[in-house]
Amino acid sequence: MTYDIIFSGFGGQGALFAGQLLAYAAMDAGRFVTWIPSYGPEMRGGTAHCTVIISEEEIGSPLVRNPSTVIALNNPSAEKYEPLLATNGYLFYNSSLVSHPFTRRNIHALAIPGSTAAAELGHAKLLNMVLLGAMLAYVPVLPLEAVEQALDNHIPARRRELLEANKLALRKGIELAQRAVQIPA
Amino acid sequence: MTKELLKGNVAIAEAAVRAGVEAYFGYPITPQTELLEHMSKRMPELGRAFVQAESEVAAINMVYGAASTGKRVMTSSSSPGVSLMQEGLSYIAGSEVPSVIVDVMRGGPGLGNIAPSQSDYFQMVKMAGHGDYKQIVLAPATVQEAIDLTLLAFDLAEKYRTIATVLLDGNIGQLMEPAELPPMRELRQTPPDWAVSGAKGRKKNIISSIHLQPEELETFNHKLQAKLKLIAANEVRYKEYMIEGAELIVVGFGTAGRVAQTAVKLARAQGIPVGLLRPITLWPFPEERLSQLADEARGFLVVEMNAGQMIDDVKIAVAGQCPVEFYGRTGGVVPLPDEVLATIAKLDQATLPANRVAALNG
Repeated sequence: MTYDIIFSGFGGQGALFAGQLLAYAAMDAGRFVTWIPSYGPEMRGGTAHCTVIISEEEIGSPLVRNPSTVIALNNPSAEKYEPLLATNGYLFYNSSLVSHPFTRRNIHALAIPGSTAAAELGHAKLLNMVLLGAMLAYVPVLPLEAVEQALDNHIPARRRELLEANKLALRKGIELAQRAVQIPA
Repeated sequence: MTKELLKGNVAIAEAAVRAGVEAYFGYPITPQTELLEHMSKRMPELGRAFVQAESEVAAINMVYGAASTGKRVMTSSSSPGVSLMQEGLSYIAGSEVPSVIVDVMRGGPGLGNIAPSQSDYFQMVKMAGHGDYKQIVLAPATVQEAIDLTLLAFDLAEKYRTIATVLLDGNIGQLMEPAELPPMRELRQTPPDWAVSGAKGRKKNIISSIHLQPEELETFNHKLQAKLKLIAANEVRYKEYMIEGAELIVVGFGTAGRVAQTAVKLARAQGIPVGLLRPITLWPFPEERLSQLADEARGFLVVEMNAGQMIDDVKIAVAGQCPVEFYGRTGGVVPLPDEVLATIAKLDQATLPANRVAALNG
């Protein structure tokens, strides 16, 4: 099984780190994995995204045209990836910020009030973990424990104080996903 | 050793450190800057030389000077920066001092952009400066290969007293993958006997690329060409994928090679008998193997992130035995597997033998 996932948001929302964390978890689980960022001029003030591919087999192209999963942290990301998402794909969007009206009927778009949840957890920066958790509830790429373990193993020392908060945010995401409104319902 | 999640640029820098690079000279340019950044941290830490030069012209001449002393040296840059190094590269080639150059290619011509590209194939593979010479060109497609080929670049540069380059597109520089770094090598204790290392008690060594007498320069060139022939005979490297039973052969290097690999897999699933040859050395080029494959193949497809450069070398190898088609994207646009797949399907249709077409039409 191969999973291709795009994390997209404004620079600073943590899209790149959420993707890296998943990549670390995949590596620790012995999978093949690629993580590739957008590194163009759009990183300054615009959207930043990364593509993560996780597979049991050697990975060829590290880029995909039609991802099977998208995490959209802001409105431009939702607009950009709704048409590109593969048929029956999953799109988890930060409904606290995204106002984009989804029109496709052959995808699963899940509204996750990520910014609101992150604020309630005490730190706006936890948004990426809330959305990553939400994804884990639907996309069986890796178990939650593997991602939590990756946080323990790879989070830089200067960010250690947020370790437990990150784990709470992941779990909050799963909880929100389980009662999320799906479009189409 | 365990695997780490490493970015291509950083992996190359750390691999060079572990290979025992003693001096690094460079100038920042996207998309290779992380390489220089990593060096700026690691080299002083180890008591080795890191110099951010005032320009790429200065950097390559510092490489020339330091290499002449027999030290293990390198520089890295991206396309426009490497253009500035052309003169220095030619002098280095003419002086036969081992040097390692990393080029993380970006979109051109001109200032172009910072997006991934393979448009410097001609520049690096055909001749990176004036005069008659070639340099070894190694083209990684994965982060692990980027590490392994950086090590190999130092070994080959020293073995043949030549320039060895690692040529990659910006994608491989920015890509993170699990990879394993080699253990730290011991630094060399004594300089090689040709080096300018202080002539006390021995005859002076002179490192120079000047031979004013035509006959003398011709003699040098004969010697240089003989060495290049030896490299061409011994150092060809490539990787094949699903080549068994392939009637169509896709050729691509670096990121284009990886994208083509996915397309080949998809095409095989549709029953198209196609395989991939991914050159790892661009010079020397796997000409002999391609020529062998051309004996049996119906057609070739060359995939590149440029307007068609390596295709010339494929055509030389195929020597008119079958059609050689091209698919490329330029300006920093990366081709995706579905585009390559469509081109493979088209080549399949166009080259089907008449009896099979008749069979298909019932």
